[in-house]
Amino acid sequence: MATVVHPARHYLNEGYGIRSWLLTRDHKRIALLYLAGVTFFFFLGGAMAVMIRLELATPAGDLVTDETYNKLFTLHGVLMVFFFLIPAIPAVLGNFLVPIMIGAKDLAFPKINLLSWYIYIIGGLFTFYALVAGGVDTGWTFYTPFSTVASTTNVVPTALGIFITGFSSILTGLNFIVTIHRMRAPGMTWFRMPLFLWSTYATSLINVLGTPVIAITVLLVALERVFHFGFFDPRLGGDPVLFQHLFWFYSHPAVYIMVLPAMGVVSELVAAGCRKPVFGYPFVAFASLGIAVLGFLVWGHHMFVAGESVYSALVFSILSFLVAIPSAVKVFNWTATMYKGSVSWETPMLYAYGFIGLFTIGGLTGLFLAAVGLDVHVTDTYFIIAHFHYIMVGGTIMGYLGGLHYWWPKISGRLYNEGLAKLSAGIIFVGFNLTFFPQFIVGYLGMPRRYHAYPPDFQVLNVLSSAGASILGVGYLIPMVYLMWSLRYGRIAGSNPWGAVGLEWTTQSPPLTENFGETPVVTWEPYEYHARVEGHVA
Amino acid sequence: MPDVAHAHHPALAHHFDDLGQQQEAATLGMWVFLVTEVLFFGGLFLVYSIYRVWYHDAFVAASHELDVTLGTINTAVLITSSLTMAMAVHAAQLGNRRLLMIFLVATMALGAVFLGIKAVEYYDKYTHHHIPGAGFAFEPHELSRHAQIFFSLYFAMTGLHALHMIIGLGIMTVMLWISWRGRISAEYYIPIEISGLYWHFVDIVWIFLFPLLYLIGRHA
Repeated sequence: MATVVHPARHYLNEGYGIRSWLLTRDHKRIALLYLAGVTFFFFLGGAMAVMIRLELATPAGDLVTDETYNKLFTLHGVLMVFFFLIPAIPAVLGNFLVPIMIGAKDLAFPKINLLSWYIYIIGGLFTFYALVAGGVDTGWTFYTPFSTVASTTNVVPTALGIFITGFSSILTGLNFIVTIHRMRAPGMTWFRMPLFLWSTYATSLINVLGTPVIAITVLLVALERVFHFGFFDPRLGGDPVLFQHLFWFYSHPAVYIMVLPAMGVVSELVAAGCRKPVFGYPFVAFASLGIAVLGFLVWGHHMFVAGESVYSALVFSILSFLVAIPSAVKVFNWTATMYKGSVSWETPMLYAYGFIGLFTIGGLTGLFLAAVGLDVHVTDTYFIIAHFHYIMVGGTIMGYLGGLHYWWPKISGRLYNEGLAKLSAGIIFVGFNLTFFPQFIVGYLGMPRRYHAYPPDFQVLNVLSSAGASILGVGYLIPMVYLMWSLRYGRIAGSNPWGAVGLEWTTQSPPLTENFGETPVVTWEPYEYHARVEGHVA
Repeated sequence: MPDVAHAHHPALAHHFDDLGQQQEAATLGMWVFLVTEVLFFGGLFLVYSIYRVWYHDAFVAASHELDVTLGTINTAVLITSSLTMAMAVHAAQLGNRRLLMIFLVATMALGAVFLGIKAVEYYDKYTHHHIPGAGFAFEPHELSRHAQIFFSLYFAMTGLHALHMIIGLGIMTVMLWISWRGRISAEYYIPIEISGLYWHFVDIVWIFLFPLLYLIGRHA
């Protein structure tokens, strides 16, 4: 890697003014616009988490009032779910990679792609307005009738923010589906696509099918608040549980919107980090579609205590257990890929290891919650909080950071400081487990979620959790520093610093605006490490 | 049909190989969008179905308050507009600009008639105090609470449908503009075709709304 030079012409120096960014139709620049957006909302939502953990360091409710606390966890949830976790991997890494990975010049609808970023930002502004206008206190789930009748906070601006942002997910999903169907380069068959694209495709299907349902649901909530339509208000004959059905019909699949792209990233990381084809490629690919389909059939497991009939609880329980099968297929196949692989310990791989371990814990505790009896015991406790943070933070953010590190040389053309990167990956892993593992225990012991005070018996575990959160926060700040630093001072990456296969590594770093000098013709199978990388010394 | 002769068509975007690929992408994109729309309205249809089963008597009584004559006329108007839309697509495929513009104007006129009749119906509901909220009144009084849910759904569903009609009229205005500018030809008519898909979809939503809100239960 001695004589790599920075390419003279690439997408980053195609234009410099603010207009060249805000009016760009280049999917790579739009990906970076999204990167700025999701990073902002991540740290805003993170600031709420800091306040929550500070409050919970002591049993008494002494730092903030109970009302402020309600607003903190509500906005933490809303910002993290709708403005960070859902768009993070698809809109940043997906936007950057989908066209390059299939050998296309851009997504099918570049203008719609830019439009979806603006829609995302407008939705964010509504939510931001709700925050500065005094917040909202319903919890991110907006359960009725509290959200429609009782709450006196800014429910409507927040609901509109979510409604608007939903269209950004829909349009991004639509763009990916059409692009993957219609824009593949010659020879890029479905089964030659990187597994990241299968995951992105499955995610896009959920986006297109699920998001409109949450859109109409929050619209009905807004109508009920503003015009007193009685859809969910029991005094008017409406049914609050109907809201829960509609809400979870989207919001459970939304979990897979968050985690499926991370699984796709991990498949890429594991293949590159072990220098082997992913074991059982078609199984991993179809597992993504399987999770997308099953994900739509399990929403009732959020409602075991909401007066669901025994019969439907049983059906939802069994279907929820079934999700474990495609999820386990993936975990076993990644592990089998590592077996006898030339396993690397570089930063992206550290995140992949982290993902596999934490996702396994999150997934297995998910089975606890699919079991009706146990779920009734731990519903609305910190056990739930710990479980979904293992999936969303341990899964999605690990995948996101791993992917960001893996493709950073491609995005920026520069290498980051590997030592600092490994250090922060370690800090994040330790901080994460210290934050959330105690919450399994304290939840199982009976500490309910969404209270700003708790009995003194729970203090030790809560202090552990708060201490872990501060470590985790430091871990998240370090990459901000060295990734920014690398933009200017990092070593030149060259087109393929990892010696990986895949179309994105055949073009220069950073790529040309049109991605490839000429349209590539694909004649090889996915992850052909054994054949193609011989002689490559990284 | 994708073919090399199309390569330098002025409407060909830089990231497509040929006009055929671009048209296929646009059509698939519109179909995927319509799938989204089905799910969007689907939420409302679900809410309607559940409350109809629960509050059958109130829904039947409230349904009698709707004007079937106006509803039927509107259904006919909308189906005719779908016909003129299909004719517009056909004219575009033939490259007949004059006929295309005539049919687009006819489609827009019929859409406007639909919205006008809808406004008359809304005004009628207003004068009869059938707008949900504090001023709502319904006879017999014991069904009033649940009849209000019917009218909430009536306004939510037809309102959302009308909003789609208004967006459709906006799209048709753009189509009329680009047809007038001569951008539509026998080899590039995809904007007209996918606008037509949208228009037919909005039409089909009404085909479901009309019997659900106006007709079923009338003879019960």
